[in-house]
Amino acid sequence: MIMFLLKGLIRDKSRSLFPVLMVSTGVFLTVFLYGFMQGIFDDFVKVNAQFDTGHVKIMTHAYKELFDQMPNDLAILEAEEMLTQLQDTEKGMIWTPRIQFGGLLDIPDKNGETKSQGPVMGIGMDLLSSDSKEKEILNLEDGIVQGRMPQKKNEILISEEFAKKLGVKVGDAATLISSTMHSSMAMYNFRVSGIVRFGMTALDKSTIIADIRDVRVALDMRDAASEILGYSRDMIYDDDGMIKLAERFNKKFFIEDDEFSPIMLSLGEQRGLGEYINLGKSFSGIIISIFVIAMSIVLWNSGLLNGIRRYGEIGVRLAIGEAKGTLYRRMIYESIIIGIIGSSAGTMAGLLICYYLQHTGIDFGNMMQKSNVLIANVMRTRVTTTSYVIGFIPGVIASVIGTMFSGIGIYRRKTSQLFKELEV
Amino acid sequence: MGLIKIENMVKRYPMGKTEFTALKDINLSFERGEFCGLIGPSGSGKTTLLNIIGSLDVPSEGSATVLDRNIENLSHIEAARLRSKHMGFIFQTYNLLPVYTVFENVEFPLLIMKVPEDERKKKVMDALQWVGLMDKIKSRPAQLSGGESQRVAVARAIVKRPELVLADEPTANLDAKNSHNVLKMMVKLNKELKTTFIFATHDEKVIGYLRRKIHLIDGKVAKDEIVN
Ligand SMILES: Nc1ncnc2c1ncn2[C@@H]1O[C@H](COP(=O)(O)OP(=O)(O)OP(=O)(O)O)[C@@H](O)[C@H]1O
Ligand SMILES: [Mg+2]
Repeated sequence: MIMFLLKGLIRDKSRSLFPVLMVSTGVFLTVFLYGFMQGIFDDFVKVNAQFDTGHVKIMTHAYKELFDQMPNDLAILEAEEMLTQLQDTEKGMIWTPRIQFGGLLDIPDKNGETKSQGPVMGIGMDLLSSDSKEKEILNLEDGIVQGRMPQKKNEILISEEFAKKLGVKVGDAATLISSTMHSSMAMYNFRVSGIVRFGMTALDKSTIIADIRDVRVALDMRDAASEILGYSRDMIYDDDGMIKLAERFNKKFFIEDDEFSPIMLSLGEQRGLGEYINLGKSFSGIIISIFVIAMSIVLWNSGLLNGIRRYGEIGVRLAIGEAKGTLYRRMIYESIIIGIIGSSAGTMAGLLICYYLQHTGIDFGNMMQKSNVLIANVMRTRVTTTSYVIGFIPGVIASVIGTMFSGIGIYRRKTSQLFKELEV
Repeated sequence: MGLIKIENMVKRYPMGKTEFTALKDINLSFERGEFCGLIGPSGSGKTTLLNIIGSLDVPSEGSATVLDRNIENLSHIEAARLRSKHMGFIFQTYNLLPVYTVFENVEFPLLIMKVPEDERKKKVMDALQWVGLMDKIKSRPAQLSGGESQRVAVARAIVKRPELVLADEPTANLDAKNSHNVLKMMVKLNKELKTTFIFATHDEKVIGYLRRKIHLIDGKVAKDEIVN
């Protein structure tokens, strides 16, 4: 009997092929959309983590309160000691010190007079040590459009747009005018070793990246760091894990009324990124709901049309002596088969394209031949374990719900009435 | 005890706020092996009566006993089992399952009855031999003529050797030659297998073959005549 029904199912394209196509298309779109959103979401989180928040960030309590002003007078002192300690106790993480600073960048001409000048946002990070963790965190090399990475003392990278605005070329001198940790005037001469494109407006406008040792000298911040960033070794942000890590750290080191005591924040606790992460989490719920509802309606309707088309068959089957309940159940089984086949096909197609785009990305920056650090102009999808089920399960459910709704009319209607309809 | 006994049976259909009485005070009984017909003008209640006998519908009043079962008291499942085991249906519009071959269409009732495969195959072949369609086993209904389709429907109705075959206007879509073919075949089945046939029809060709004619007018039995 099962074979018999399967045979019928396969032969009747409007009962098998079309619903399968419908389900697989819906599932495909869901998987793809989810992967796409996940990709965008991940990129955003990644970029924030790389340049600003880390997966966790340690600051002093006071710095945290005023972090918008980059108050380096409130930086962490004895940063190296804390780093060593962190590396010993939290081995699953990569730790690196950073100094964020603001000021003016002054470009002198041949005579040492100001040629151009502009407000600058700087990041001091470990660029020069051979065991620099930053190589694992950022791949600045990929974004260099001219020149090279800093290799010597006092060399900096400058963002492309900023360089253009200031008329700076590789090899030019650039003077940072800022204030030291002790609030006196700071002037420091750098040399541009490379021009870098980040691919994100906020960074491209006015950023320089310098080695943290030079910045310490420039701002008189011996053994200090405005922040210490931590990254999990696989570079994948795990919200729950990082929150736990921060709790652990704060329990040990944070003292409520000592404004210089260190405090650790997870990425989610910084800059409102938590809301963004929650949005990302609820997003999959939203996609699933929309998909299930939409697909159920579509399948319900096609089921109804099919049901009308199948009145003859159903009437005959009842007359021949198939019980109504059995018939209804068999229709549901059919829909499960359809759901599983359609969902498998859709999930497979969705995953394939997601995997593909996870590697290659869709390049929206065809006009730009050069690459950059961030990937804002290359959209990448991302496959997570959720991708495997986010379309599949709703696909099966939608198929079954659609059939249940459309079949219920058949189930409820009196046998004789069904009969009348088939006689016409 | 006869095959079918109908006593003081009334069938009403709800019609808006009122009711419409389609069958009024029917008293009839049928014996095994009859070849009889419900005849009468359109709307006289032929199909309604046939559907009640076929346990597809229930009486509003009175009783209908078919093969010792009270139609009015049967559950869905019991009714389905009764139809599956003991009845064959033939329709005006054939109602073959379009995605299945001739063989599979005839096989279907046996599958519902869970007949083992070997036996099934043999019974299907026998039935198809009866109706003379051995050469069309693998055809789909769409490839058959009207007469051939109805013959498949007959084979499907008799493949399980039911006590009772109910045929509602079986010749309405057939030309004279095919009508006579199909009817002759049914007469033969009736004779050789002792299958009871009840028709609902107003087709003179069918009426000519009947051995008992039950005339329905306005839901009442107007005349019940035996033909020799
Ligand atoms: N479900 C129903 N609801 C209301 N009235 C019905 C219903 N079914 C049948 N009737 C009415 O009952 C009467 C008998 O119908 P039935 O189908 O039995 O007639 P019939 O003798 O088979 O006619 P025909 O030769 O046209 O097939 C008709 O007047 C019909 O309109
Ligand atoms: Mg009728």
